[in-house]
Amino acid sequence: MKLYGKYIEILFKSQMQYRTSFWLLAFGQFLIPFSVFAGLYFMFERFGQIKGWEFSEVALCFSIIHMSYALSECFARGFDSFSALVGNGDFDRFLVRPRSTVLQVLGSKFEFSRVGKLVQSIIVLGWAVSQQLADWTMLKGLVLLFMIVSGVFIFTGIFILAATMCFWTVQGLEIANIFTDGGREMAQYPLNIYQKWVTRFFTFIIPFGCVNYLPLLYLLDKTTGNPLPYMLAPIAGILFIVPCLLVWHVGVRHYRSTGS
Amino acid sequence: MKAYISVFKLRLTYGLQYRTAALAGVATQFFWGFIIIMVFEAFYSGTVTDPPITLKQLITYVWLQQAFLAFIMLWFRDNELFQLITSGNIAYELCRPSGLYGLWYAKLLAQRLSSALLRSLPILAVALLLPEPYRLPLPADPAAFIMFVLALLLGLFLIVSLSMLMYISVFVTLSPAGSLLMFGVIGEFLAGMVIPVPLMPDWLQSIVYVLPFRWTADFPFRVYSGHIGTGEALIGIAIQIVWLALLITIGKLAMARVLRNVVVNGG
Repeated sequence: MKLYGKYIEILFKSQMQYRTSFWLLAFGQFLIPFSVFAGLYFMFERFGQIKGWEFSEVALCFSIIHMSYALSECFARGFDSFSALVGNGDFDRFLVRPRSTVLQVLGSKFEFSRVGKLVQSIIVLGWAVSQQLADWTMLKGLVLLFMIVSGVFIFTGIFILAATMCFWTVQGLEIANIFTDGGREMAQYPLNIYQKWVTRFFTFIIPFGCVNYLPLLYLLDKTTGNPLPYMLAPIAGILFIVPCLLVWHVGVRHYRSTGS
Repeated sequence: MKAYISVFKLRLTYGLQYRTAALAGVATQFFWGFIIIMVFEAFYSGTVTDPPITLKQLITYVWLQQAFLAFIMLWFRDNELFQLITSGNIAYELCRPSGLYGLWYAKLLAQRLSSALLRSLPILAVALLLPEPYRLPLPADPAAFIMFVLALLLGLFLIVSLSMLMYISVFVTLSPAGSLLMFGVIGEFLAGMVIPVPLMPDWLQSIVYVLPFRWTADFPFRVYSGHIGTGEALIGIAIQIVWLALLITIGKLAMARVLRNVVVNGG
């Protein structure tokens, strides 16, 4: 853990060397989800609701998913650009060091400019929560935090899986974007607006539904019966990382250096 | 002109090499298309008033957008050109006996074309055969189809002219990432990439209509679905040509200007 802190400190210093470029990039990163959010707003202005969900409710869902995405993009960026490490053989150096490979890859990159995305989602989250403030409890705040953490774990898990594929393909594959970018795009709306097969896939295979739908029902007092399973659903998202890490270790064992 | 054409050909064959990558891209775009359509479907299912564009036309819009993504994305960067400028290797380019603007234009055009050729055909073929309600309908009538092809090609030229301006701006700023990202995001929003132009509120539509961005994507797609009639489409194509002439003139002037002041940093 101390080592990870050191990694981050060094990367922070190096990125701060180009200050103007950093702020411009951060601002650009702010604009990306902002334009999507503007689109969402305009859609609601015209249609009023989506399958019974209000704008403020979808905004809550949107901000939770975007915040987890921004956080995991910040932390797990090393996995996202892992194909470069394998491609030029730099991964060899990681293997000879007496520390875990996961930690080293995590520490190999850290995108601070994603702060822009984070700020955007914090603003939206703040607004969305303030809309629900009337019946807000301490417990709901905790569940909210839990949802974000769980989302970070899911996205990180997908990044790890995508990186693991590089052990076999060397090149990065665009197909993984379906589950990262596509997953984010999909999960920004409550899951029940989609067709059944999408809902099932994203609940039982990749547990986005346990982050953005089941606990969301609890937050908005839409549950029926005992709320406890709804509150604990995000655990599934955190557990999702376990098989991902297992696959990663299989991949590392399989690794053959490109030698260049 | 011959030199430009051969640069164009070279780039085209180069781009066609990456077939597996294109296949992965096709799969991704299908997924996106489905998600977007389902979201619109959900919005439409609960509406009481008639929206300004039918769901069928919207689905057409989405599939065409996915199929021709390489034609309409503003953010389709060529890192090679950026590196030429920032590393100082631009000096070599300047030694060549042909105009830089035309050369780069041909290069960028071929890049987009090769990427779109590989992706658009499979996407269109499958989208035309999908079960209802996801199927991409055939064009409204033959005239609309011809107009659509014309408008799409003009749109392609337009977007390359727009992105040329982005590259030229790198001569001044030297750091491509931030400012271009902003330009790209805003431009794509105004082109109707996030939500279709007809669904935007009126005040925003009036802004969109005076800017060149919508002519690259929104216009050809609506011609295809018949949302814009043939007569109106003819006027639209004329406007596209005017924009194109304007943007190329600005681009050439700007290029000449920055090249006069260019400082080759080491190299």
